[in-house]
Amino acid sequence: MMGKYLNHPLAPVVGLAALVAVLPLVLPSAYYYRIAALVFISGLSAIGLNLLMGYAGQVSLGQAGFMGIGAYSVALGPSATGLPVWLWIGVGTVLSATVAFLVGRPILKLRGHYLAVATLGFGILLFMVFTNENQWTGGPDGMPVQRLELFGWRVRTGVEWYWVSGALMVVGAWVATNLIESPTGRAIRAIHDSEVAARSAGVDVARLKLVAFVLAAVYGSVAGSAYALLNGHLTPDVSGFIKSVELVTMVVIGGMGSIVGSVVGAAVLTVLPQALTVFHDYEHAILGLMIMLFMIFLREGIVPTLRRRLAGGGA
Amino acid sequence: MSELLQFAFSGLTVGAVYALVALGFTLIYNASDVVNFAQGEFVMLGGMTTVFLSLAGLWLPLAAVLSVLLTVLVGLALYKFCIEPARGAAAVTLIIITIGASIFLRGVAQIVFDKRFHALPHWFGADPIKLGGASILPQSLVVLAGALIVVTALFWFFERTMFGKAVLATAANRLAARLSGINTDVVVGFSFGVSAAIGALAGILIAPITLTSYDVGTLLALKGFAAAMLGGMGNPIGAVVGGLAVGLLESLSAGLISSKYKDAIGFIVILFVLFAMPNGLFGKRSVERV
Repeated sequence: MMGKYLNHPLAPVVGLAALVAVLPLVLPSAYYYRIAALVFISGLSAIGLNLLMGYAGQVSLGQAGFMGIGAYSVALGPSATGLPVWLWIGVGTVLSATVAFLVGRPILKLRGHYLAVATLGFGILLFMVFTNENQWTGGPDGMPVQRLELFGWRVRTGVEWYWVSGALMVVGAWVATNLIESPTGRAIRAIHDSEVAARSAGVDVARLKLVAFVLAAVYGSVAGSAYALLNGHLTPDVSGFIKSVELVTMVVIGGMGSIVGSVVGAAVLTVLPQALTVFHDYEHAILGLMIMLFMIFLREGIVPTLRRRLAGGGA
Repeated sequence: MSELLQFAFSGLTVGAVYALVALGFTLIYNASDVVNFAQGEFVMLGGMTTVFLSLAGLWLPLAAVLSVLLTVLVGLALYKFCIEPARGAAAVTLIIITIGASIFLRGVAQIVFDKRFHALPHWFGADPIKLGGASILPQSLVVLAGALIVVTALFWFFERTMFGKAVLATAANRLAARLSGINTDVVVGFSFGVSAAIGALAGILIAPITLTSYDVGTLLALKGFAAAMLGGMGNPIGAVVGGLAVGLLESLSAGLISSKYKDAIGFIVILFVLFAMPNGLFGKRSVERV
C-alpha cells in the first residue's frame, strides 16, 4: 500500500515540502533557521547540477560560477539602477541562462574529464573576474547586498529566509521532477545510459545536453541570488572552485539522479562543517574523512543506497 | 628580448613542477582510471615534511629522503584504504574520494605542521646567474634538472624493465594484463607510490623558490590536472609538454599583459585548445564502442 505512494513521481516533492513545513517544530533558534535556509539554497543549486550530472550524465566543475552570476546580479544591479531587488534575481537568471547557452555549445562537445576541466576553467575565469574587478565587486573583501523586498515585505531574518528559500527549493524540486517525467526528461536520461543509443533513437543529444546545462545554470543562479541576499554580504568565494567541488560532492554523496539526495547531500555538507567547528583544528581532517567514508561505504550515494536497502529488507 | 627570456625562465621553472604533478596524475590515471585530486597534497607533504624534519635538527638531504618515503607511504595508504575498498565504483565517486582525501590531508597537515609559510634553503645559493641578459636562480636549474631526471628515469623504467612493461600492459588493458599473469593490484598500488614520490620531489625542489604551506596543494592539483588534460589525459609526454606550456603561458601573460588574470590564462588557452582538439594535444581519438 505504502509503496504505491512512495513510488509516485511527485512523492519526493511532497516529502520535501512536508520537511520544510515540519522542521520548524524542532529548530531551537534563529541560528538553526539560518543553517536550514543555507541547506535549502545549496540544495536548490545541487538539484540543478543533478539534472546535468545525474540525469544527463555530464560533469560540471563550474556550477558555482553561475551562483556567482546570480549573486552579483542582486548585489550590483539594484544600487546601480534603482530597480527592485527581486527583478534582479530574474535578470541574473536570464544572464546565467544566456551565458550557459553560449558557453555550453562548444563545451558540451567535450567528454568526461575534458568536460570537467573545461567547466572548471570557465568557473575559475568567472571567479577571477569577481575577484579582480574590485571597482565593482569590492574584490576579495566583498561587498554589501541590499535586502530583498517582496510586495512591501522586507525579508531579513533567518526565519523569514527559511520560508523563502524553503519555498524556492520545493518549487525547484517540483519543476525538476516534472521535467524528468516529461518526454524531454526521458530523452535526457537516455543520453546518460548511452549517447549512441539515444542518438540512434532519434534523440537530439547536443540540444538536450545544452537544455540540461542551461537549466543547471538557472538553478545555480537563483540559488546564488538567494545566498547573497540571505547573507547581506557577498565575497567571490560563492563562485569559487571550492564551492563548485562542494556542489558536485553534494550531488554525489546524496545520490546522482535523486532529487531528495541532492538536498540530503546539501544538508550533510552544510550542517557537518557547522557541527565540526567544535573540533576547531580537527574540522577539515574530520570533514575529509567523512566524505571518504560516505563514498566508500555508500558509493551510490546516501538516498539510493538506503532506498535499495529498504526495498531489499522486504518493506 | 631579455625580458622575454626572463619570463621564459620563470615559466619553465613553475611549468616543470606542473609537469611533475601532471605526470603523477597520468601515472595513476593510466593504471587505475582514477583522477587523483590529492596529487597536489603529495607536493605539499614533500615540502612541508622536509621543512619540519630539518627544523627538528635532521640533516637536510636526509630530511628530504625521509619526506619522500613518508609521502610514498601516504600514497600507498590512499590506495589501500580509500581506492581499493571502493573498487568498481563510478569514476565520479572515486574522484570525490580523492577530493575527500585531499581535504583530509590538508586538515591533518594544518594540525601536525602549522598554517604559516615556510622556505627551504636554496641548494646552491640564491645568487642569480646571468644568462643572455636575463637572470636565473640556481634553484630553477635544480628544478629543471630534477624534472628531467624524473622523466628520463620513468621512460627508462617503462621501456627497459619488465615491471615497467607490466605497468604499461595494465594501462592498456587491465583484464588482458591480469589474464597474462600480471598482478594488477600491485601495479596500481605501485603507481600510487611512484606518483606520491614524484609529487613529493617536486614539492622539495620548488619550496626554496615559491615557499610552501599546508594549502599549496589545491592550486597545484588544478594546474596539474589542466596540464594533463591539455597534453591529452593518459599521455606522459603530453603531461610534460602540457605542464611546461601552462607554466610558460602563465608567466608570459603575467609579464606581458597583466598578472591579475595569471591563474586564469592557462585555463582560457586550454578551453580554446580543447575546442579545436577535444582530446588534448597528444590525446588519442576515443571511439565509443556500442
